[in-house]
Amino acid sequence: MTSTTTAVGADRPAARPARATTRRNPSQRRAARRQALIGWTFILPFAIVFAVFLIAPLVYAFYLSLFTKGLATGTQFSFFGNYVQAFTDPSFLKGLWFVVRFVVVLVPVQMIVSLAAALVLDAITTRFARFARLTIFLPYAVPTVIGALMWGFLYSPIFGPTQQIASAIGVSAPVLLGPDTIFGSLVNVVTWQWAGYYMIIIYAALQGVDSTVYEAARIDGANAWQLAFRIKVPMVANSLVLILVFALIGTLQFFSEPQILRPIANGTITPDFTPNIYAYSVAFSYAQFNYASAISFALGFVVFLCVFVFLFATRKRGSVFA
Amino acid sequence: MTAVSTRVRPGVAARPAKRRRPRNVVAHLFLGALIVYFLIPLWWLVIASSKDAVGLFSGSGSLWFSDAIHYVANLQDLFTYNGGIYLRWLGNSVLYAVAGGAGATVIAVLAGYGFAKFAFPGRNLMFAVVLGSVMVPLTALVIPTFIMFSDLHLTDTIWAVILPSLLSPFAVYLMRVYIADAVPTELLDAARVDGAGEFRTFVSVALPLLRPIIVTVLLLGIVATWNNYFLPLAMLSDSSLYPIPVGIGLWEGLAGQNNGGGHSLWSLIIIGSLVSVIPLIIAFLSLQKYWQGGLSIGSLK
Repeated sequence: MTSTTTAVGADRPAARPARATTRRNPSQRRAARRQALIGWTFILPFAIVFAVFLIAPLVYAFYLSLFTKGLATGTQFSFFGNYVQAFTDPSFLKGLWFVVRFVVVLVPVQMIVSLAAALVLDAITTRFARFARLTIFLPYAVPTVIGALMWGFLYSPIFGPTQQIASAIGVSAPVLLGPDTIFGSLVNVVTWQWAGYYMIIIYAALQGVDSTVYEAARIDGANAWQLAFRIKVPMVANSLVLILVFALIGTLQFFSEPQILRPIANGTITPDFTPNIYAYSVAFSYAQFNYASAISFALGFVVFLCVFVFLFATRKRGSVFA
Repeated sequence: MTAVSTRVRPGVAARPAKRRRPRNVVAHLFLGALIVYFLIPLWWLVIASSKDAVGLFSGSGSLWFSDAIHYVANLQDLFTYNGGIYLRWLGNSVLYAVAGGAGATVIAVLAGYGFAKFAFPGRNLMFAVVLGSVMVPLTALVIPTFIMFSDLHLTDTIWAVILPSLLSPFAVYLMRVYIADAVPTELLDAARVDGAGEFRTFVSVALPLLRPIIVTVLLLGIVATWNNYFLPLAMLSDSSLYPIPVGIGLWEGLAGQNNGGGHSLWSLIIIGSLVSVIPLIIAFLSLQKYWQGGLSIGSLK
């Protein structure tokens, strides 16, 4: 991606003659109205999908979350009662605490792996490096469920190599899906699944940097490390922010991997392991849809807030979503 | 625009080979370690798929083939078990991924073009809302959408999976950013002056310029739908409508409770997983030159 882009700008239509003049004659007004109509026609299908599958569920979830269904009392308006219950519910808070801790550990690990891989791949252009680039990206094409399952097998003392390796060096095999190890095991699964995708985004951004910048730095005597961390990393800061946002959103709504590892983790993964698993259990095991809506909405709100705060904290001129 | 034009940097190539060698060895070792790490689970899957139930549970040499190779027998078993339910799941996965991915792409191209090339009141506000919605976690919408659909008696149908998959604000964002630069407004105006209608202008002037981003967004959409687990899991209870991930999850739950009716579900799960990852890997490998350029767009702006 060449960076011919930014200067020309997305707002070109605004610079058209029809919009530029403040006083318009009738034919210009007609043209502007026609343009608006055509613009809206192109956007209409998306606007419908957006309204029906994003706005409506959000509004409906919020509406449902304001009611409580009791066996004796029937459905009653309870105002923010469900939210008070959620934020004092040890199960919800426990899950929330887990995903927050998970983000704090996982995101830096993922960033380091993908950034290091991208920097090395950007510096080397051998066939081996091209092969490595594809291999690292490959897990992105593997469904999360299958990825979690494969690692579950590898962790398992029956199917995986852990038993063999352990007995070869004369120790007893570690239980990789036990209460103490599940955290690290899950960090590993998610890193494996997503680091390649993030690597490709950073790599593509690195490839888009004008190479004369590097020439100038080299002439000034920068060595490879300085080139990497003083020039390359700041040049792709936007991609890093984008990736962080993806990782943050994805991880806070953690569901598939623990849900898949549940049957083989011998009770380590409880029905309230993450907020999303808890919402799923509340909805489909206990049929408490009002409370499940409140949990979903509360989780969505927490995620939105986290991302918003993060973007605000890292905001700078020309940054990703700002 | 798409070409990764700076691939070969003159500076890199021109540097003396002698000075670069030591760093290259370290870098290659690092890459080698990454290759091993990222390939091990897939390698294990390929090996384990070749084994029958006895070989699987014998526990010896789980990272290498045993004497007998059972790919054909395992595949036959997979495709015939329970009246060929796996083939059904495979078909469902293809249907959901193609319908959801293609639908989301068409919607995103149209909307991106509308946002990028037409001025109208409310455009910037609307686009800001779209950007904000990228931050809404989509799984938070699953349970509310399920309740909404169940009121409309739409759960447990293919539409319950396909329709919500059409929503992709990020695809619209990518399209708008790309179209704003890749499609010159002068070109559109020239077509209009020549008497082409708006739709004709879009199809014959704008669309041909958008091939890389369309392939990228289509692939991202197909992957998202193909890999989706939470939505179909919540929406579907009829197992003949399941896509592969939900089906494999079902088998895994049964196998965990030793509930396969005397049949070893583990070997089916393993060969079924292998079959399910092959189509997307082929798609990515064969379409490399398109998506590798396209993926960087989101972060350029």
